[in-house]
Amino acid sequence: MSVVTLKINDIDVAAEAGKTVLDAAREAGIRIPTLCHLDGVSDVGACRLCLIEIKGIPKLLPACVTEVAEGMDVTTHTPQLDEYRRMTVEMLFSEGNHVCAVCVANENCELQDVAIEVGMDHSRFTYRFPERGVDISHPQFGIDHNRCILCTRCVRVCDEIEGAHVWDVAGRGAAAKVITGLNQPWGDVDACTACGKCVDACPTGSIFRKGSTASELDRDRGKLEFLVKAREENQWTR
Amino acid sequence: MERAELLEQATVAKQAQKRIRLHCCTSTGCQASQSLDVKKQLDAAIKTHNLGDTVEAVGVGCMGFCGQGPMVEIEDADSPAEKKHYQKVTPEQAESIIGSLNGSGEAEAIQGDPNHPFFSRQLLIVREHSGRIDPERIDEYLAVGGYQALHHAIYEMTPAEVVQEITQSGLRGRGGAGYPTGLKWATVAKMPPGQKYIICNADEGDPGAFMDRSVLESDPHRILEGMAIAGYAVGATQGYIYVRAEYPLAITRLQKAIQQAKRKHCLGAQIFDSPVDFTIEIRVGAGAFVCGEETALISSVEGGRGNPRPRPPYPAVSGLHGCPTLINNVETLGNISPIIRNGAEWFAGIGTERSKGTKIFSLTGKIRNNGLIEVPMGITLRQIVEEMGGGVPGGNSVKAIQTGGPSGGCIPDRELDTPVDYDSLRELGSMMGSGGMVVMDDDTSMVQVAQFYMEFCRGETCGKCIPCRAGTVQMYQLLTKLLDEKATKRDLDKLKELCGMVQATSLCGLGQTAPNPVLSTLHYFEQEYLELLQPDPITLAANSRG
Ligand code: SF4
Ligand code: SF4
Ligand code: FES
Repeated sequence: MSVVTLKINDIDVAAEAGKTVLDAAREAGIRIPTLCHLDGVSDVGACRLCLIEIKGIPKLLPACVTEVAEGMDVTTHTPQLDEYRRMTVEMLFSEGNHVCAVCVANENCELQDVAIEVGMDHSRFTYRFPERGVDISHPQFGIDHNRCILCTRCVRVCDEIEGAHVWDVAGRGAAAKVITGLNQPWGDVDACTACGKCVDACPTGSIFRKGSTASELDRDRGKLEFLVKAREENQWTR
Repeated sequence: MERAELLEQATVAKQAQKRIRLHCCTSTGCQASQSLDVKKQLDAAIKTHNLGDTVEAVGVGCMGFCGQGPMVEIEDADSPAEKKHYQKVTPEQAESIIGSLNGSGEAEAIQGDPNHPFFSRQLLIVREHSGRIDPERIDEYLAVGGYQALHHAIYEMTPAEVVQEITQSGLRGRGGAGYPTGLKWATVAKMPPGQKYIICNADEGDPGAFMDRSVLESDPHRILEGMAIAGYAVGATQGYIYVRAEYPLAITRLQKAIQQAKRKHCLGAQIFDSPVDFTIEIRVGAGAFVCGEETALISSVEGGRGNPRPRPPYPAVSGLHGCPTLINNVETLGNISPIIRNGAEWFAGIGTERSKGTKIFSLTGKIRNNGLIEVPMGITLRQIVEEMGGGVPGGNSVKAIQTGGPSGGCIPDRELDTPVDYDSLRELGSMMGSGGMVVMDDDTSMVQVAQFYMEFCRGETCGKCIPCRAGTVQMYQLLTKLLDEKATKRDLDKLKELCGMVQATSLCGLGQTAPNPVLSTLHYFEQEYLELLQPDPITLAANSRG
């Protein structure tokens, strides 16, 4: 294992070569907000919350997919970055119907947490109140597209950990949405093993277990990471 | 195959051609106005006049003057300099055109002026054979020296020398950003040997642009040859042409060309009996603007959803199926065989200091002469618009020129003397892009123009990342609010802020450049935005209270 040293927010950090800046920062106790990142599955760099500045590179780069390099000089928080993050979250809130008071994930929601973290208390953007639909055809679970932020975590866990690839994305732009099977009702998709990994993965109240009421929702995200570790490194204890 | 054999084939093909050739455009534009019928009637008239020994009607590719189609051009091998061409030819006029050949009266068709600046100011490199040869017959391509550059590269040059030649020519990518082509080739060539790929990006999607389509329809072999040379140079044996399904004629002609080239051993296994292999396959895309972005294109070729992914790793390092992949645009590849044929120095002698060669534009909008033009870099916008394009019809004057499509911007009339090159256009807040050029007159509302492009981006964003997916929608709404005369200063400020945010935080080029049409119109025509603003109700209320 080779190690590189870099600076994150002027703090010297040593990190294993090949790790991402996000890993290195977290290890050093520096928080960078994320939404599409989920430990255990691949990264896609889609939510753009983890954007950081690296000295000498004019573009902002996502920490979740940027590898550490010797001598890198990283800044994770600037007024500009904070502002961009806030705008991103505001836009997420205005593009779906995020009514926390009636959501199963209330107080157990990463979107809510991130909003608090970036200091978003209202959105300056016009709410769009889209009609997106709910699918409760599955005997155990349901999906409320109104709360989906298209992080594709469900797509990736189902494909990469469960190996079922029930989920995918269809459509583009504002019409993009996650679908099950070949855009069938979830309950009709034979490939679904009802393992519940997508429920564990979803950062919002979009995918939920039927029967749980607000604040009862319990997600075991550690399970996903554990499974990956168990299979890759043969470590079967938590 | 020996070089002599290839030359022999070229001579035979040349000799098979008749003395007088009537070039009849059969590209998409002219086909839409009955050019296939014109060609049929020309053939029939040649028969009835018994001219079959000396005259032939050839279905060729685009001659560029698309607004005036169908076009028929007459070329006489005895006096090649004296060309005649007819515009808006109807099938009924065919008879009289053929009749006029042996002096029995004048043709009853509108005769164009081949010396018009629209033609005389052009410099044809990529389009050199366009409108001169039948794109569906490899013999025609061989007759004009086709595949000789490939032969030369394989037998006379090392791969490194080919890369070197392209680098020295100064050619830059014609798809948009103008990245040095040689550098791209060199990067792929330097990757360790193993599976590598060449991809030709023919996913032209800008509103108003049809350069790539025209090149593919008019001279498909040139692109195949360019790809094969690239394959030899970087060590790839497999190539893909990614072309959108909306281009059926281009696809058919490419398919024919690939088959014919294989049969002549210009493609496939052991090209010209050398140890070099290169196979080309076509991949038809459903047509998404975002698939012009390299990583999205790769994902689509792989059969996945056309979503971009963060770069690095760049495709040159890890592209199709994780292998080093060279992606070049159609027009870029169209420049390759002339560079190998005439040398890097020749190419580097054309154009400006940092932009070499020519650029094809599709000139459209409020302009007299619409069509495709290929001009040397460094020509001014004024020369293009006023001399070649003939200015704005109907007594209005030019207000702005939009270049670069949705990723580009609007250049105001006071900058018309700017030379056309990558850097000058970028300095003006626009870009070369793939080569759409839309002329706007003083009746045009620039805010509406910005709204149009934003609507396009809003519909074409893949939706993967939030700034582009949601930001374009918000920007579109703000522009609409402005045009509805309901927006206040705050809305305008918000629009500006969004532009900066979407530009800085989007994942791929589509999102990063989506605000450009807004930014450039704001920069040059801010007054038009300000005029639409309404008083802010909050300030109003405060003032009336005070
Ligand atoms: S359903 Fe949940 S996990 Fe899936 S994309 Fe939407 S928010 Fe992400
Ligand atoms: S910038 Fe737009 S097109 Fe590119 S990845 Fe993001 S959403 Fe997709
Ligand atoms: S966590 Fe990096 S982009 Fe979403």
